[in-house]
Amino acid sequence: MRSLIIASIIFTAPQFCLAISPEERGLEIVKEADKRDMGWKDQKSDTRMVLHNRHGQSSERKMHNRSLEMQGDGDKSLITFKHPKDVKGTSFLTFTHSTKADDQWIYLPAIARTKRISSNNKSGPFMGSEFAYEDLSSQEVDKYTYKYIKDEKLDGRDTFVIERFPAYKHSGYTKQIVHIDKEMYQPLKVVFFDRKNALYKTLYFRDYHQHLNQYWRANKMIMENHQTGKSTDLIWINIKFGNNFSENDFTKNSLKRSR
Amino acid sequence: MIARFTLLSLCFFCTPLMASEWSGNVSIEAQWFNHAPLFAGQSRNNLSLSASPEYFTSWENEKKSLTIEPFIRLDKNDSERSHFDIRELMFYSNHDSWEINAGIGKVFWGVTESQHLVDIVNQTDLIESLDAEEKLGQPMINVSFIRDWGNTDVFILPGFRTRTFPGKKGRLRTDPYISNNQEVYASSKEEKHIDYAARYNHTLDNWDIGLSYFYGTNREPEFVTGTDGKGNPVLVPFYKLLHQGGLDLQWVNEDWLWKLEAVHKRISGDSYNAYTFGFEYTLVGIAETDMDLGLISEYLYDTRGELASTLFQRDIMLGARLVFNDTQSSEILAGLILDPDSHEKLYSLEASTRLTDNWKLNVEARIFSGLLPSSNFYSLRDDDFLQVELLYYF
Repeated sequence: MRSLIIASIIFTAPQFCLAISPEERGLEIVKEADKRDMGWKDQKSDTRMVLHNRHGQSSERKMHNRSLEMQGDGDKSLITFKHPKDVKGTSFLTFTHSTKADDQWIYLPAIARTKRISSNNKSGPFMGSEFAYEDLSSQEVDKYTYKYIKDEKLDGRDTFVIERFPAYKHSGYTKQIVHIDKEMYQPLKVVFFDRKNALYKTLYFRDYHQHLNQYWRANKMIMENHQTGKSTDLIWINIKFGNNFSENDFTKNSLKRSR
Repeated sequence: MIARFTLLSLCFFCTPLMASEWSGNVSIEAQWFNHAPLFAGQSRNNLSLSASPEYFTSWENEKKSLTIEPFIRLDKNDSERSHFDIRELMFYSNHDSWEINAGIGKVFWGVTESQHLVDIVNQTDLIESLDAEEKLGQPMINVSFIRDWGNTDVFILPGFRTRTFPGKKGRLRTDPYISNNQEVYASSKEEKHIDYAARYNHTLDNWDIGLSYFYGTNREPEFVTGTDGKGNPVLVPFYKLLHQGGLDLQWVNEDWLWKLEAVHKRISGDSYNAYTFGFEYTLVGIAETDMDLGLISEYLYDTRGELASTLFQRDIMLGARLVFNDTQSSEILAGLILDPDSHEKLYSLEASTRLTDNWKLNVEARIFSGLLPSSNFYSLRDDDFLQVELLYYF
């Protein structure tokens, strides 16, 4: 018990004694989250995306996702569409970078053509959904600057509330308010503000599961657009780690053969 | 029988981990021409059906796969446009640092939009579409080497496919029409000449670079005059051997994509160069909507000048691509190719939208304006058309 108290003094004292700034505190929390999520190596999953319009109609997309953790750079990912059938086999290859624009290519199976996508096109909707490309690409620490606001309870869980500001000048957002769960160090909710700083969208993370005794992944993400009344559910199925992916599985060649 | 045995034995060994599926589409296409036909037997409108099923199976964790994609079209007016092709019959095997594709397949090289100079492996199925983006399946053995310093592809291409052209009763044809079964070759091996190709491509930061070489039967024929069975004059395709060196280069800089394709061609002692240079500039989220507007401009140059057998000699292409980013994935691409000297113009419009999960609608229109009697394409002067295609995907 005593050692716990000492430990808590050692670990919590600097925050108060040295009075670190909210910016430093924000960065510290995000770096801790990043550290706890390091070493997952690779991941694959199937995803279902359900698009709801404000009249209650919905349409569905199905994808297969593969990603590879990179050391010293952003992650690599490959997304292949399965449904609707007319876009079946259409794939996106993304090399995310923390400090410069991501590299991205699209493969169009009907004409067997691989096309580069201009790097600013990240704020637009992903396949007509309420998710933008930038919401789905890997969340590197350097992609934002941060500011710690407060601690708050959200749905009975203890969270840090942090504001983050996109470092990327072509982002569709000026600000995001993130609730980070204190136990999992994963986001539970993100509120997005558009380029005019008006309330834009809210993203909820639901049904977290822990993989390999370390990595927390939400099985469901819900994005609500407050300006249009539309929303998109993103449901993750068959999440699997330890696939022995290598960089050779994330090339323009693998983009072509991906199904 | 041997093929069947091989397929069966493949299946026998891999059944437990095999994933296989059928997909594809069937379509109905209607065309309306704005002017009365110039040639006897042609029609004012046309109806056409096509089917393109695809079978895919993979095993060993997708390290090996087999793809079979036949294609068939039935055309009301033009018996030449009714045709069957095997677009793909490809065995693929992945060995991490190298891959092999063997069978019949489809390969695309290049970066530009208005024409595809570098792209040479597959023959154009021109009868399918005037934009030359539909291709016939090419027999090939292709080995890819994947290294940190780039990908290298080597191709052996046995078996030449002749370009498809509209028949006597088809619209969008030459005058006289092109015979589809009398082709002649410069090589004594004719269509059995084995062609070779290689391509190196790499991504360096914001650059995509491709260097390619091809030796074999030119995909683009020259023409000699002849007669058909009834004594009518025809143009007979004449295929020569070609050495082609190609470069494709793309530089992405924020909203800009800069593109260059250049080829050096040597055909029986004559050589010439051609290039396409241009950009695509994307305006993201125009007028506070979700729509993106891409502005495209390319310059097309061919050192043969007016002797060139293509429409594009010293021409300018201007285009606009409107992407709606809606749930129906709606898109409109409007384009214009103009010859600044002769003022000949080719307008085009392509639009597509998804109607339901399974149905898709494509609309295409082309207008030929100011074609001169000296132009290779003078015979298309009254062939302005509107085409509506309804596709069912399964």
